[in-house]
Amino acid sequence: MINLRRTLYQLRFTNLAYWRNPSSALFTFAFPLMFLVIFTALLGRHTFTLDGRLVHQTTYYVAAMASYGLISACYVNLAMVMTFQRDQGILKRVQGTPMPSMAYLAARVIHALAVAALLVVLTAAFGRIVYQADLPTGMALVRFVVMFLVGALSFSALAFAVSSIIPNADAAPALVNITIMPLLFLSGIFIPLGDHAPTWVKWVGKLFPVRHFAAGMQSGFLGTAFNWSDVGVVALWGAVGLVIAARRFDAEPRV
Amino acid sequence: MAAITVKGLRKSYGDNEAVRGIDLEVADGEVFALLGPNGAGKTTTVEILEGYRHADAGEVLVLGLDPARNAPALRARIGIVLQSTGIEQYLTVRETLSMYAHYFEHPRQVDELIEIVGLEEKRDSRVTSLSGGQQRRLDLAVGLVGDPELLFLDEPTTGFDPSARREAWQMVRNLTALGKTVLLTTHYMDEAQYLARRVAVMAHGRIVAEGSPDSLARHGGDARVRFRVPDGVTPPFDIAASDGVVEVVATDLARTLHEVTSWALANNVNLDSLDVLRPSLEDVYLRLVGEAAS
Repeated sequence: MINLRRTLYQLRFTNLAYWRNPSSALFTFAFPLMFLVIFTALLGRHTFTLDGRLVHQTTYYVAAMASYGLISACYVNLAMVMTFQRDQGILKRVQGTPMPSMAYLAARVIHALAVAALLVVLTAAFGRIVYQADLPTGMALVRFVVMFLVGALSFSALAFAVSSIIPNADAAPALVNITIMPLLFLSGIFIPLGDHAPTWVKWVGKLFPVRHFAAGMQSGFLGTAFNWSDVGVVALWGAVGLVIAARRFDAEPRV
Repeated sequence: MAAITVKGLRKSYGDNEAVRGIDLEVADGEVFALLGPNGAGKTTTVEILEGYRHADAGEVLVLGLDPARNAPALRARIGIVLQSTGIEQYLTVRETLSMYAHYFEHPRQVDELIEIVGLEEKRDSRVTSLSGGQQRRLDLAVGLVGDPELLFLDEPTTGFDPSARREAWQMVRNLTALGKTVLLTTHYMDEAQYLARRVAVMAHGRIVAEGSPDSLARHGGDARVRFRVPDGVTPPFDIAASDGVVEVVATDLARTLHEVTSWALANNVNLDSLDVLRPSLEDVYLRLVGEAAS
């Protein structure tokens, strides 16, 4: 119970620092919202077929940008922040106090999850108000929340794993982006893949977690099929991330 | 009871033996300085005491606890001020201290801490707006926030300008008035001399001398008498000379001075540049470190 109290108290300061830091507040929070407006404004008039269904691109982007928002908060921002905090010695300083490391790190994950939830809500509200996009309801909403939570925890675990591999803070923005940007393009986040994508692109989607995660998030908005196997693949990646993070993540600065 | 006891401590990183078997004892309420050049093994030693690293061999007891096994219990009772460690940039001074305060069961009052380190005017300023000296004072406040029995200060003034150093020294002195035990590492002799009651000089992973600053100075050897002589004049002493400046080693200072002044009177040499040089603690330190290297 003491750890929960400490985690909650820590959240307050993690949150204050998050909104005052331009690179997290602007780069990782404002970007998904900005992309949502740009993509729907430029490409929103078209329709295409997905799983044999006719889909409006506006609705498609509402779902895709909700997925991107979560990845941005739980993966991109978390991986960068943890690398910076490690190399600046902030984690080492905290480690030198009685604050349990797990309570400190839990606050970071919960905060990332809360930011992701806020991004999803803003994205959905924008889609609803401006484009009358469908929103998940009933059982679809329950499945959506499950995908959201599994995604948030898995991408957070991957963030810790990748941060533990990044050699120093200067390399963090480049390395984090190079692990995620190609996948965002090849998984239909920025450009819908439709049913006629090249085979190798489809394989990238099958192997890595982004396509599976986006598919699960989409189903709530687009009415496409929800596959528990998508949840399973994302969770499996999360488990791999957790194992790597548990072995390699530490507080010692590397610069 | 001793606050810190170390026996036969060893630590290697691969082939590099950073600490080669050292013994230390720091008494309760004492300010103890671990003095040595960069790479002497000071930080490794201190980080083992703090529980950040594990020793390869030897016994370590800090406040009666083994840091390798009881780090959580130990950390509730110590304060750590690391060398140039980052701190959250986007919080204010007050927010930072409130955050660290909740890491401890029985923290000091945040406002009181701000006063101790003299940051009242910066209370609501963000950390980014603090000068280097002010950030170091905040570091110290963070080290004190848990009201520790024992405080570790790793090179507290490296990179400071002279006035910021004086300020920091005054602050450390105030701490000792609070009855804290302080283990300080530094590579400045004057810092150790000014702050510490006892000093251990560390070089190449070993402790090469230990004692009070005054007793260390006695390691320095004999005083020297130095003066300038006119061209073409050669005094009859056992000397080391260059550019007309003569230095005489004075095993017995009174006798040497008497010989020098008698010779000067007899030869009409005025000694207006006469100096008596005592070995400074700096000389002692450099000699000890030099000997350890060879």
